[in-house]
Amino acid sequence: MDLILSHINYWVAIALMMIGFYALIARGNLIKTIIGLNIFQASVFLLYITFGKVSGGTAPILQKNTELYSNPLPHVLILTAIVVGVATTSLGLALVVKIYESYGTIEEDEIAKLDAQEEN
Amino acid sequence: MSLEIYIDLILVIFLAITGIAVIYVRNLFAVAMLSGIYSLLMASIFVVLDAVDVAFTEAAVGAGISTILMLGVLAITGNREKVSNKSPILPLLIVICTGALLVYGTWDLPIFGDPNAPVHTHVAPEYIANTYKHTGMPNIVTAVLASYRGYDTLGEVGVIFTAGVGVLLLLSRRKTTNKLNQKSKSEDQS
Amino acid sequence: MKHHIVPRVIAKLFIPGIILFGLYVQFHGDYGPGGGFQAGVIIGAAMILYGLIYGLNDLKKVAPSNIIISLIAFGFLLYAGVGIVTQILGANFLEYGVLGHTQKEGQHIGIILVELGVGITVASVMVIIFYMFAGRKN
Repeated sequence: MDLILSHINYWVAIALMMIGFYALIARGNLIKTIIGLNIFQASVFLLYITFGKVSGGTAPILQKNTELYSNPLPHVLILTAIVVGVATTSLGLALVVKIYESYGTIEEDEIAKLDAQEEN
Repeated sequence: MSLEIYIDLILVIFLAITGIAVIYVRNLFAVAMLSGIYSLLMASIFVVLDAVDVAFTEAAVGAGISTILMLGVLAITGNREKVSNKSPILPLLIVICTGALLVYGTWDLPIFGDPNAPVHTHVAPEYIANTYKHTGMPNIVTAVLASYRGYDTLGEVGVIFTAGVGVLLLLSRRKTTNKLNQKSKSEDQS
Repeated sequence: MKHHIVPRVIAKLFIPGIILFGLYVQFHGDYGPGGGFQAGVIIGAAMILYGLIYGLNDLKKVAPSNIIISLIAFGFLLYAGVGIVTQILGANFLEYGVLGHTQKEGQHIGIILVELGVGITVASVMVIIFYMFAGRKN
């Protein structure tokens, strides 16, 4: 039980990463792919924040009578990564809208079929 | 073991279930809502793990803005995912192999919350000890973000600026209609 | 959403509160959780809520898109400008100590200005992205 409790966050982070990875490589729908990318991203955030936790510590905001704080550095890294993540997601979604407007579909295989038709 | 580790355990299990549901559900509106729930659960986990600033951002960005953007795009593109006839065996194999390798790697990681892990012994104590002396700011995360690592944050703002300009460039022009689009539109109407 | 009375009334009640909370998060970020990134997203979300409930055209009357577009650049330039000012005052780029009489005071002024720049850019990018996606439907 101790082993599970001490590693569960790493394993869940890996499981989520693999779920996102699967959505990226196996699904042809472009929106599903972007959501997979988001899940992948969030799992990396979880991994970093898990590293920063000190058991018995509190949030890294200095106050009197507290000695033990969790590590603030992963928090800084991930804070900016989240906002950059939404920026890249919106850029990806803009590309999806563009693709939909010129092909009429957001399924990868149909787009490839239309491209092949155009070449012939 | 303290109580917070059990709360964390329950929340990560919920998180994993939501993640699996995102893959299985084919209605994309439901998937967008599920990814909002996923972000909210993630934010709760961040609170349990003491990352209050990060939790704040994740709740506002992941559960708020991202979901709205997804729904906005789905309103344009429609919400059904086509059932693909591709075999899922090869992707599953790749995913399971990669996952197994990563799990093998976790045996070397420090146990959860260990105060003597390398990450807590090198740079972080300096920041915790000296931030108030240098900047007069109790919130270490803000101090590191804006003061010690001001260059990086300037770069991040540059990234957001670039993304905004990118979306503007992609979508602010009038709709370009080409032959394929017109064909599919006339098919829709007929 | 224009004809649903419940969301319209609730939104009217909530939006001022959300914006006030955003400003609190913006300027209290040194002492509690928060800062420019979070505040920008919260204020952006308040404006997007207004747009969702009352329609895109009403939101564009409140926040015309050319002003929002110039605010994106303004926030970024405010951040970089603080760096230039510290250079003119004889310190390194983004070394805030010289902005005030004491080191701590300078740090305070510098961080508040920089966070304000971050907040303005993030909020206006969120709003402009919403404009682009929502305006595409018609």
